[in-house]
Amino acid sequence: MSQSVTSQSAAKPSQFGRRRLPRWTPAVIALVAVLVGTGVGVGAGLSSHIQWGLIALLLFVVVNYAVTAAVEGPRQAKDRVVTSLVWACFIIAVVPLYSLVESTIAKGVKVLDGNFLTHSMDGVITTGPGGGVYHALVGTVEQVALASLMAVPIGLLTAVYLVEYGRGRLAKAVTFFVDVMTGVPSIVAGLFVLSFWILILGFGYSGFAGSLALAILMIPVVVRSTEEMLKLVPNELREASLALGVPKWRTIIKVVLPTSIGGITTGVMLAVARITGETAPVLLLVFGNQLINFNPFSGAQSSLPYYVYEQYAAGNPASYDRAWAAALVLIAFVMILNLVARGIARWKAPTSSGR
Amino acid sequence: MISVAKRIDVSGLSAYYGAHLAIEDISMTVEPRSVTAFIGPSGCGKSTFLRTLNRMHEVVPGGRVEGKVLLDDENLYGAGVDPVTVRRTVGMVFQRPNPFPTMSIYDNVAAGLRLNGVAKRKAELDALVEKSLKGANLWNEVKDRLGKPGAGLSGGQQQRLCIARAIAVEPQVLLMDEPCSALDPISTLAVEDLIGELKERFTIVIVTHNMQQAARVSDRTAFFNLAAVGKPGKLVEIDETQRIFSNPSVQATEDYISGRFG
Repeated sequence: MSQSVTSQSAAKPSQFGRRRLPRWTPAVIALVAVLVGTGVGVGAGLSSHIQWGLIALLLFVVVNYAVTAAVEGPRQAKDRVVTSLVWACFIIAVVPLYSLVESTIAKGVKVLDGNFLTHSMDGVITTGPGGGVYHALVGTVEQVALASLMAVPIGLLTAVYLVEYGRGRLAKAVTFFVDVMTGVPSIVAGLFVLSFWILILGFGYSGFAGSLALAILMIPVVVRSTEEMLKLVPNELREASLALGVPKWRTIIKVVLPTSIGGITTGVMLAVARITGETAPVLLLVFGNQLINFNPFSGAQSSLPYYVYEQYAAGNPASYDRAWAAALVLIAFVMILNLVARGIARWKAPTSSGR
Repeated sequence: MISVAKRIDVSGLSAYYGAHLAIEDISMTVEPRSVTAFIGPSGCGKSTFLRTLNRMHEVVPGGRVEGKVLLDDENLYGAGVDPVTVRRTVGMVFQRPNPFPTMSIYDNVAAGLRLNGVAKRKAELDALVEKSLKGANLWNEVKDRLGKPGAGLSGGQQQRLCIARAIAVEPQVLLMDEPCSALDPISTLAVEDLIGELKERFTIVIVTHNMQQAARVSDRTAFFNLAAVGKPGKLVEIDETQRIFSNPSVQATEDYISGRFG
């Protein structure tokens, strides 16, 4: 029975059927385009590989469109063009990222070892090899931790106020200033803390001064992301809790925040990642240090981005190696934080089906 | 531990959303240990009125109420009345099942007590959870997976879980806002049977769009209507369900029930 139907439809094209290209067509066209692009590049003596790529890309889009339009029709052709454009954009976006990670790893692993991670620059001549990143790692961890300790509670509470309580003028004003703060450049935050904390109040350079500026940069990011996450919590859950006779503050703590904790964690971690790479406030407020200083509240410290800057500025092969290795440590640090955040988010996220 | 069901006396009640008058001058009596059904076209203020009965109306920004709601002679809107205490006495079940997604079945039922910070021994809490789930006819289906998330249940089971959660705090009145509108007929039947059992212990008020449901489950029925879109909703009449469905005293009620409008 089913066979007769199949043979029938094969004999007579169905109302909805149409001619289709084989599934491997785009791959073949892409291959041909790359080959032709390379051929043209070599033939015409174009030195830039980017030009080869662009020729191949253009060729791919045009040929793909023409072939599909001829065989499948104009609508399918447009679909193919847009699909290939999206892929092209994705590749263009990924190439620099890949290249960045690749060259950082390639140049960073040269001096990255246990010794590098556990030693400071104490007594190391900048032009010579040796030395390490330990003091900068300590500084980064302490400054970021202090900044997070200040910014996360303030940001969380602000977001809770805006979503759960904020009505009228005050809420609008807070939203406006949070938006403004999002746009504050890090050097401006650094200058503000410099003039207020160090010049007016007279405290010296310290990791804590740096974390003050970092907290200023972090708060708006935390507020914004937390706000969005809290808005996603369905109102029905709040009402369900209130209808049980649960006070509003308990509803927020026990129902609203746990429901959105996954997203909030991700947002906080993105904010942490953002401030971890800040150099300007550290330059102005933490001053930089060759030695290990565990106390963030007094005396100059270093930090990873500052260390990269400092080693690069020293301008000799040994310090370049150290700069790359420190950059790799910085990337790994942020990446590990992100992975941890993802893990927490997945672990804490509400499960819709738990059968 | 049978709850003391209470009588509700509403007099001259109007509810607003900001400047908009949603329901106007409603007076009625809800008898204890019975089921009262609210019917009427969409937008006539049935749900709004229901939510004024446990002060959930004012949760909506701009929501405000005038008039009196007496629960056994105590005005819910009197000075110094704490809405949180009112809501513990007058429980509510919503249109869409809304179990807490982060909590297990057990924790959902225990939520009312836990979230209120009422400390109970584990054994006491276990007994209460079992009693509430049995009361909601859900115990046999979930007793082996109390630790699983409540959101993993089917829609009908979730709604019964929400009923179990609501009765776990031992309210005296249970308000139900279209509790079956998101459920299939079999789950609806399960919830309706449950309502029949619960009225032995609670005063029940149910909003429904399903006339047959009102006829099946309720002892008394109130018909709400509004003059036009944008006009406030009003109570047309309230009477024994049998009378409303056979021989209503107002023509509009008969028209609505027989499907001539609405």
